[in-house]
Amino acid sequence: MSDTTIAHPERHWKNEGLLFDLSRPGRIGVQLPAAGVEEAPVTELLPPGLLRGDLEDLPELSEVDVVRHFSRLSRKNYSLDLGLYPLGSCTMKYNPRINEETARYAGFADAHPLQPDRTVQGNLALLWQIEQALIEATGLPRVSLHPSAGAQGEYVGILMIKAALDARGEKRRYVLIPDSAHGTNPASASLAGFEVKELVSNAQGTLDLAEVERAMTEDVAGLMLTQPNTLGVFENHILDIARIVHGKGGFVYCDGANFNAFVGKAKPGRMGIDVMHINLHKTFTQPHGGGGPGAGPVAVAESLVPHLPVPTVERTADGRYTLSTDRPLSIGRVRSFGTSFGVMVRSLTYILAMGGEGLAKVAEVSVLNANYLRKRLEGAYHLAYQSPSLHEVVLSDKNQSAHGVSTLDIAKRLMDYGFHPPTIYFPLIVSGALMIEPTETAAKEELDRFVDAMLAIAREAEENPDLLHGAPFDTPVRRLDEAGAARKPVLTWMAREK
Amino acid sequence: MHKAHRYIPLGDTDRQEMLDAIGVSSTDQLFASLPEEILLDHPLAIAGPLSDQELRQHFHQLQAANRVAGRDVASFLGAGAYRHDVPAAVDHLIQRGEFLTVYTPYQPEMSQGTLQAIFEFQSLIAQLTGLPVANASMYEGASAFAEAVLMAARLVKKRHKVVVSRAIHPHYRQTLATHIANLDLEIVEVGFDAFGATDAAALAAAVDGDTVCVAVQSPNYFGVIEPWTAAADAARAHGAISIGVVTEALSLALLRSPGEAGIDIACGDARSFGLPLGYGGPYLGFFAARDEAKRAMPGRLVGETVDVDGKRAWVLTLSTREQHIRREKATSNICTNVALCALAATIYLALHGRRGLVRLAEINLQRCASLAGRLASAGLSRRFASPFFNEVALRSSKSVAGLLESFEGAGILAGVPLGPDYPELADSFLVAVTESNPPEELDAFLRAASSLA
Repeated sequence: MSDTTIAHPERHWKNEGLLFDLSRPGRIGVQLPAAGVEEAPVTELLPPGLLRGDLEDLPELSEVDVVRHFSRLSRKNYSLDLGLYPLGSCTMKYNPRINEETARYAGFADAHPLQPDRTVQGNLALLWQIEQALIEATGLPRVSLHPSAGAQGEYVGILMIKAALDARGEKRRYVLIPDSAHGTNPASASLAGFEVKELVSNAQGTLDLAEVERAMTEDVAGLMLTQPNTLGVFENHILDIARIVHGKGGFVYCDGANFNAFVGKAKPGRMGIDVMHINLHKTFTQPHGGGGPGAGPVAVAESLVPHLPVPTVERTADGRYTLSTDRPLSIGRVRSFGTSFGVMVRSLTYILAMGGEGLAKVAEVSVLNANYLRKRLEGAYHLAYQSPSLHEVVLSDKNQSAHGVSTLDIAKRLMDYGFHPPTIYFPLIVSGALMIEPTETAAKEELDRFVDAMLAIAREAEENPDLLHGAPFDTPVRRLDEAGAARKPVLTWMAREK
Repeated sequence: MHKAHRYIPLGDTDRQEMLDAIGVSSTDQLFASLPEEILLDHPLAIAGPLSDQELRQHFHQLQAANRVAGRDVASFLGAGAYRHDVPAAVDHLIQRGEFLTVYTPYQPEMSQGTLQAIFEFQSLIAQLTGLPVANASMYEGASAFAEAVLMAARLVKKRHKVVVSRAIHPHYRQTLATHIANLDLEIVEVGFDAFGATDAAALAAAVDGDTVCVAVQSPNYFGVIEPWTAAADAARAHGAISIGVVTEALSLALLRSPGEAGIDIACGDARSFGLPLGYGGPYLGFFAARDEAKRAMPGRLVGETVDVDGKRAWVLTLSTREQHIRREKATSNICTNVALCALAATIYLALHGRRGLVRLAEINLQRCASLAGRLASAGLSRRFASPFFNEVALRSSKSVAGLLESFEGAGILAGVPLGPDYPELADSFLVAVTESNPPEELDAFLRAASSLA
């Protein structure tokens, strides 16, 4: 051991305990104001039977302790700010910091959701503006800003389809969903009371026209598709598909998770799409924050406008804005209060930071980047489908499996090279899928580094597969006992301690 | 030659090298799979690109057109969204890129920071609700409530009645109605008594062998603290699930928890813990339940485990419940949660801790009690003679709408009218008082009331 080596090479802050482990009696992390009023004993104000016992398990920590604790935890995360985060279908693009600034303006942050409309004209104008921008981007006449996430957007969209059918006096039982769809699609349709009929993708990885024609009967409410689909392939028969679905009185639902691929290049409204949700946390840069908050506004065709959730923002003849619940055929309210307003501020900030021209460039460069990765990686990795890729490319572990190396091994090894892995094992129709979406915010040198890492791993798979089975080595923790976690779940600190 | 944009790091030589590598002459060729008739031949009619400074101007102008608490007016609005002070550390920590710019922690080896923080959040919510299992958060309170009813229907199959107190927040009840409209469930609403609490006799009478669940809120929409036991007992007697809704999570620091009182599922909104009012969102739905229900829970769950070296670690678990595995048979369609909001709440709760949180709740209680007590002599009396926490229903002899508008003229958003949702309470409105209303605002309210009410 040389003189420069210390006894414990692992730094102490890398093994940060839980808040509850760090707690020391008598510490506090806030200065509270004085009540400033004459205080009565609590037991005089409230009957003892309504009061709780001591919260003895809540931690006791100073502000210093708390800031250090969370700063230390933060260093155990890989983040988009650090480098490429190529999760397919998740559109992990750069999160502009000006969005965080505008969202925090006092006039937005301190507004109560039940203030009279006359006191929040700025907020209502903002909601109006983002709705107009999304109307322009989708080519559909109205947008509901309510849904809190893409999956809730899907659900709201399906409920509107149901309401439109009810209004026509029709009961339809099924929804058609391709086998390449996100899992949320069938889950949302089922929650709305529909049964799911799965459509098998063709050899090009797209919907088969004959299959759609066969399956689209008069007891089918509609078709949910993803455009481009989860293989990153554009459903190029979209106009024919829409014609078939409409011909039988059905609706075309578009999962807009992949809007980044064609925003500013083409409008869903021109493709025969009747309803589409837009993940503001994908295409429109709301930060993912470790799993949310997001927002999933839903754009609809005229036929569904009467069924939009309430309230909607309306503009009066004199240029004032109001929240309106006057929509007799509405599906109702889908959440408390209005919208995830803070998400709307961030996304509108982004939309204006890009402008119409910039948004087209988003699609253009995201597609360029994905095709560059495809070109450089195909061969070393099996390309699942030969069809043209838009914003993402799906590879597989077919070549590596000959050496006993799986997609999971490849993903874990990528971490040692300093990259977050792509989405793995999805879409389900590709065995051992590696779904890579670089987005337009990845620079060429970053893509080249990623390619170098992927190619190095492909070589390692041939020469030293055991190395990959053991990866990762250079992460805060290594492979986890996930089966054990599910078999005997420990979901709280108390469950562990007591 | 191509216009550069600050969020798109593609230089001209990069572009050419990449096009060459791919073997195309322009990016247009990469869009050849789109039918020509749908391609746009002009950019979207959206202003921009704007500079950061131009964006500041645009959004500054919008926010300046609002009249908000702390800047332009004094606000006593609550009704499910309570204004609270937020320690500076909360917002600084959640803006660290390592928390802000990460996805759902599907790859646990690179996401231990987020996973551990969620595990801490689950632990804190479990402590506050008095229930052993809490999930990693829901979108907001109303959809958390709808998910609670859907979970009850999974646990108690082949029953149809969803018994719901009318004193639950109207938005929560409306959201529930939307969510179960196409399922084989029927909502039975139970009214409130002269004390503003759910009518216990009517509640007991409404519950029977066909009842899925019984739901009450405390403090309820009128600010009245209800004993959880009426719902818990009625549900237990008929093998139904009891649901306790909490829209003011701070009340949990002082009041008997749903779990202690025998409630099976506690849900609601914990936005009070470190998040801004933000004109309605994003908020922080929470969801806690009994241990035996954990495999029927919606949303994400983080569990403790070890890595191959035996090191303690955290991981998303019990995911076979979820849509990406179970598809149409999943317990819920939920994919996104509100992890960053949950992180804010975790930081907020850590800062306040065992003593701070209870004292904060006491300040809320004392200020609200003080104002309500003093307003009686100014012509605004309490609508219900029941215990309350930081919100109270007041009755006015004048038109509520007119009165609130007069208050507004005096720079006070005095409260939320009850009439629109409860015609029989058209003479009353809700007033919330928190630590964000300093004593001077209470005095100003009193002065205004003396001249207006």
